Amino acid sequence: MTARRVAITGIDVLAPGGTGVEAFWSLLSEGRTATRAITFFDPAPFRSRVAAEIDFDPEAHGLSPQEVRRMDRAAQFAVVAARGAVADSGVDLAAHDPHRIGVAIGSAVGATMGLDAEYRVVSDGGRLDLVDHRYAVPHLYDYLVPSSFAAEVAWAVGAEGPCTVVSTGCTSGIDSVGYAVDLIREGSADVMVAGSSDAPISPITMACFDAIKATTPRHDRPERASRPFDGTRNGFVLGEGAAFFVLEEFEHARRRGARIHAEIAGYATRSNAYHMTGLRPDGAEMAEAIRVALDEARMAPTAIDYVNAHGSGTKQNDRHETAAFKRSLGDHAYRTPVSSIKSMVGHSLGAIGSIEIAASVLAMAHNVVPPTANLHTPDPECDLDYVPIVARERRTDAVLTVGSGFGGFQSAMVLARPERGAV
Amino acid sequence: MSGEFTLDDLKRILRAAAGADESVDLDGDIADASFEALGYESLALLETGSRIEQEYGIVLRDDLLTVEETPRGLIDSVNAHLSGAVST
Amino acid sequence: MNTPVVVTGLGVVSPNGLGAADYWAATLVGKSGLSRITRFDPSQYPARLAGEIHGFAAEEHLPSRLLPQTDRMTRLALVAADWALADAGVSTAERPAFEMGVITASASGGFEFGQNELRKLWSRGGQYVSAYQSFAWFYAVNSGQISIRHGLKGPSGVVVSDQAGGLDAVAQARRQIRKGTPLIVSGGVDASLCPWGWVAQTAGGRLSTSDEPSRAYLPFDSAARGHVPGEGGAILIMEDLAAARARGARVYGEVAGYGATFDPRPGSGRAPGLRKAIELALADADTGPAAVDLVFADAAALPELDRSEAAALCAVFGARGVPVTAPKTMTGRLYSGAAPLDLATAFLAMREGIIPPTVNVEAAAEHRLDLVTRQTRDAELRTVLVLARGHGGFNSAMVLRSARDTDPPVANERKTHVR
Repeated sequence: MTARRVAITGIDVLAPGGTGVEAFWSLLSEGRTATRAITFFDPAPFRSRVAAEIDFDPEAHGLSPQEVRRMDRAAQFAVVAARGAVADSGVDLAAHDPHRIGVAIGSAVGATMGLDAEYRVVSDGGRLDLVDHRYAVPHLYDYLVPSSFAAEVAWAVGAEGPCTVVSTGCTSGIDSVGYAVDLIREGSADVMVAGSSDAPISPITMACFDAIKATTPRHDRPERASRPFDGTRNGFVLGEGAAFFVLEEFEHARRRGARIHAEIAGYATRSNAYHMTGLRPDGAEMAEAIRVALDEARMAPTAIDYVNAHGSGTKQNDRHETAAFKRSLGDHAYRTPVSSIKSMVGHSLGAIGSIEIAASVLAMAHNVVPPTANLHTPDPECDLDYVPIVARERRTDAVLTVGSGFGGFQSAMVLARPERGAV
Repeated sequence: MSGEFTLDDLKRILRAAAGADESVDLDGDIADASFEALGYESLALLETGSRIEQEYGIVLRDDLLTVEETPRGLIDSVNAHLSGAVST
Repeated sequence: MNTPVVVTGLGVVSPNGLGAADYWAATLVGKSGLSRITRFDPSQYPARLAGEIHGFAAEEHLPSRLLPQTDRMTRLALVAADWALADAGVSTAERPAFEMGVITASASGGFEFGQNELRKLWSRGGQYVSAYQSFAWFYAVNSGQISIRHGLKGPSGVVVSDQAGGLDAVAQARRQIRKGTPLIVSGGVDASLCPWGWVAQTAGGRLSTSDEPSRAYLPFDSAARGHVPGEGGAILIMEDLAAARARGARVYGEVAGYGATFDPRPGSGRAPGLRKAIELALADADTGPAAVDLVFADAAALPELDRSEAAALCAVFGARGVPVTAPKTMTGRLYSGAAPLDLATAFLAMREGIIPPTVNVEAAAEHRLDLVTRQTRDAELRTVLVLARGHGGFNSAMVLRSARDTDPPVANERKTHVR
């Protein structure tokens, strides 16, 4: 029995700085940043006042007024991006057995915006301990349990196979796609609509990251606030967004003559079992995830042409990750371009992993490595080639993308140009 | 609140903010022990710092809890803030 | 590749019993954990009954360093994981860290912790929000904390599919074991019995408004009028059968089959997906309806949902074709904790040869179910089907095989539970 392989045949991205794959890629390839002073609420009381917000008009993206009313912003992103990915793939899902179509959605914090806003209402601005149910919106249960996102997407695309939300903090965006890959490989589905979405730019999120000083307090020049791998970095910039994919079993995609964007060649996740927010400096567990993902892809470290880093821009992360790359890729870590698109689109928690998979696929499609914006001051402890400021042309046939999250999760995925190897 | 921040105040806030490691006797001679040796990592100290700020109405330096590595150092810093804050 | 995956340890935290032994003893005598809410004053709310866990003192079980940073749900999950590992006889410190993982289900995260921080945010200001809020409420917290407490560095994960998630997590654990990790801690524990969680659950319109615990949660009864929510769940130790045998582990039974579907979008006119999920799970277990000795029902207790579940069971097994039970009538619906608790109950039932009852229910004739009501029924149980559905249309089904029917068979001498 030959192993089932998994192809990406459809992509859509909703990211700060412009929605859709084209706008997303121009932002990245031009090295522009989409971080700005927060406009969703008055950020003055907060330590961190900058975010990467999306100018999102749900109705312009085809959502009905009813859908807009019942869905949290993150669910809206998910439905729009899932529909976009299906359209991009050209697959006629209605012609397929719906039980062979599944949905896997990553989200770290679910309906945070909706919950924050609704709590304020039912508690009368925090005055009531016994919050008042009479002021609750009827769909509050769908905010409580974010599997509602998977339900909305399943309805939107007509999936009746295995559907779920994968919520592993900031690795959710890789893990949801990895979950979908496993389902296709084992034969539980032929098509998976997979991706992730988060819309966390809300007072409660700002406050909780303020409390651990994880987000940057730099707000004099918002467009320069996110500085992964730079010696002056002092925290991440919160973002929002979604990226979705249509994943198909390879033969399924070939039979219908689909354009194959990339193959998902390997995936693994490991835990540091160390600390809910802290990282051990040696990067051993992320390195192990990378090693297993490469092994699954049957690739040597030298096959990797580009590393799409987690690169959140906290002091701790960027060192941890640099150590993990050296540990897993050896000398090749020094010869491979490594960059963080969080410098441009911020850190959208559970969504960013999928957005970074999209960036990785686009890097292969264009043979261009996106840069790390705002990287002007070297950090002696981050001594790899981080592609500062300007995108770089480079033949890119295989990309490693990684994520690291609260809870200790470390995930790695290897993406490859589809022509690679015999099918 | 009284004008001075004492070791007992710190121990009370540490216990509430982060509990206490079973292998450590907080009531022993801990003033010059490192927070790390007492079983408190950065997250516990951030929560502790935040509770001190709330209770005493002061704002500590962002990096204070990484700079001050012992209860004595932290207590001295808090008291320096408090003596400054008295006049406001 | 399809190595048998077995369960070797159970950790139960349930409204009618703490620990598998207490829970099983309570379940056999039909002891209910449903009562008027005591955690807060429920008078002003339309629903006032819940399955609360009483007598759980986290400080007796967990280090004080963990308490300020954990929601009740996480404390319960940590203790259940401790018990499950002890029950399995696993010493995690003595095993390679990358060869153990943790995959749990969640529904609403640490909602009470989140409630308290939201209250501080809106009543006092953002600077009053706890440093622990960044993770204590999120859906991944139980997996993260269990992994840290026991040094589990292997594949981890968290799935959220409302009440179906409990089976989806266990299926994902089985998947990871088959990919080469010999041991995964799995299951789910949920607890959101706080005013904010209560209001959010109330908004679904599916809670029973009865004030009489014995008349409030009546699945498949003509008086079915919604469910009573509860808190708790179960953590299971799952292992590769060969690895479990190699260390001489006591085996409860095998997770033999799994299937998951999603209902068609409302108004599509297509059939709901539960029947298909059952068929997929049976096929995955390489068995058929005739082999199934017992079904643990999802038991939504809303007339429409009861009808659709009964219809799926009748379609697969025939009218009154298989005994069906819902011990969750004693605990309330535990969201992501419900199905793992049903799995634990099923393994205990198989070992003891006893079907636990569906309490308080008079099965409505229209459902054509052989519902085991009032009291236990003795039966040889070799294959059991567990069903779980999540709000919105999630359907999951899991087939379990008894320890003596795992292939190859395993010794099963260590009986530790009371009769």
